Amino acid sequence: MDVRSNRLAEKRLRKIKERLIEFVLFLAALSAVATTTAIVVILLYEAAGFFEHVSLVEFLTNTQWTPMFENPQYGILPLLAGTLVTTGVALAVAVPVGLITAIYLSEFAPHKVRETVKPFLELLEGVPTVVYGYFALLFVTPILQIFMPDLPGFNMLGPGIVIGIMIIPYVSSVSEDAMRAVPMSLREGSYAMGATRFQTAVNVVLPAAFSGVMAAFILGISRAVGETMVVAVAAGQQPNFTWDPREPAATITAYIVQVAMGDLPHGSIAYQSIFAAGLVLVLMTLVFNVIGHLLRRRFREAY
Amino acid sequence: MVGPVKAEARNFNFYYGQTQALKNINLPVAEHKVTALIGPSGCGKSTLLRSFNRMHDLYPGNRYEGEIMLYPDNVNMIAPKVDPIEVRMRVAMVFQKPNPFPKSVYENVAYGLRVRGEKRKSVLDDRVEQALRNAALWDEVKDRLNDLAFNLSGGQQQRLCIARALAADPEILLFDEPTSALDPIATASIEELVAELRQKVTILIVTHNMQQAARVSDYTAFMYLGELVEFGPTDELFVKPKKKQTEDYITGRFG
Repeated sequence: MDVRSNRLAEKRLRKIKERLIEFVLFLAALSAVATTTAIVVILLYEAAGFFEHVSLVEFLTNTQWTPMFENPQYGILPLLAGTLVTTGVALAVAVPVGLITAIYLSEFAPHKVRETVKPFLELLEGVPTVVYGYFALLFVTPILQIFMPDLPGFNMLGPGIVIGIMIIPYVSSVSEDAMRAVPMSLREGSYAMGATRFQTAVNVVLPAAFSGVMAAFILGISRAVGETMVVAVAAGQQPNFTWDPREPAATITAYIVQVAMGDLPHGSIAYQSIFAAGLVLVLMTLVFNVIGHLLRRRFREAY
Repeated sequence: MVGPVKAEARNFNFYYGQTQALKNINLPVAEHKVTALIGPSGCGKSTLLRSFNRMHDLYPGNRYEGEIMLYPDNVNMIAPKVDPIEVRMRVAMVFQKPNPFPKSVYENVAYGLRVRGEKRKSVLDDRVEQALRNAALWDEVKDRLNDLAFNLSGGQQQRLCIARALAADPEILLFDEPTSALDPIATASIEELVAELRQKVTILIVTHNMQQAARVSDYTAFMYLGELVEFGPTDELFVKPKKKQTEDYITGRFG
């Protein structure tokens, strides 16, 4: 009898223990959701204060961004343009190079080469971004100036190219994983039709890995849009409404870091403008992620 | 005992690394006939089939020895100087599991032609329709040529893969257990198709289903442990096998 009741008690204890563990695990999972929600709430709250003083129309149409001036102007367009131009330049570098690297590593490279190249790519990922910033300012821009003598010392082209180099590992490693996950039977089907390795890689493997490749691009875009240090160091920190990558400009992130470093009275419009800018940044990343998600659904593979 | 020969393995050996998978195979493949390779799992029948279009070249460490002749060219297809891509252009293959590409029905069938550089829309249209008709699929898919091939049923996908192979006008068509992933009805339609296709191409088919071999083939080769045990007209091999091993296998005593 004794043994029996003892067992029952143990079971109840175990149930409590399991509940406790489940709860701890739930808290861990919740922390990510909670943090994201908190960030969005704070952004919205502070940005709401900002929009009490500056109309949404002015924010979206004014082509001047001069919060520090006597007569401040709050038009997001210069920062938005700066962000889009540097991101565009970065993608122009990272998408072709990253994709070609992925195709090479997944479909062509012998095992040994792949095992040698991949650590280097990962190393590229680990370089601190401030180093990339000075690399853009003191190395890439001077080289560009050889070909474009009129290029100013601060410009968007140099940092854009460097951000592109920076995100190559993201684009290539995620794309490569996606391509290597394509079943061998599809490749064999293509080879059996007399296709070459290149034809197989481009016409069969790449489309089959489309959703993963898309995810790689989105990851790259998010990194490029959010990149701060490189543009803060090498693009000039001057809000400048232009689509010409040769000109100096500031991006949303560069503005935020620039202003956040200074002494801003809590609650001032300039202070709140950081949150409005941050909100735009979050929305941009969100839009890219949604586009990526839709594209993935549209081209979902089914082997 | 065989009529005109389209291809022939002669003293053929094959190695996966150090392991010898095929031992001294001699097998004629009769033109415009169906030759079936049967035998228990691991006997080397798929390995032999895949040697005919040099699929083994895709993986490192594989080695051929001997000859697989292609006629009337009188060329050894596995000679190192022969380009495997040229071989595969003439020897097409249909796999165990349907493996359509992530493309439309039309583009799947047109693939082999595009690979060969064909760009003329009218030629592609004609050949795609012809191939789909020959694969008995045209009526089912003519209104959905632009649909993704994955949306077809399993049996349709396999017939699509046959159409894909046919579109490039191969001389030999290899089938590697083409119905093992299909239900009985789809299997029947593929078998019917194989029987019909022999008028256009020479067929070599691997099957672990003896009834299937008996139904579709003109000649049958029985393989066991990497060796070709017996080869002959299907009627004779199934009714009056010469070797004890063959008899044991086809009567279901092992395998």
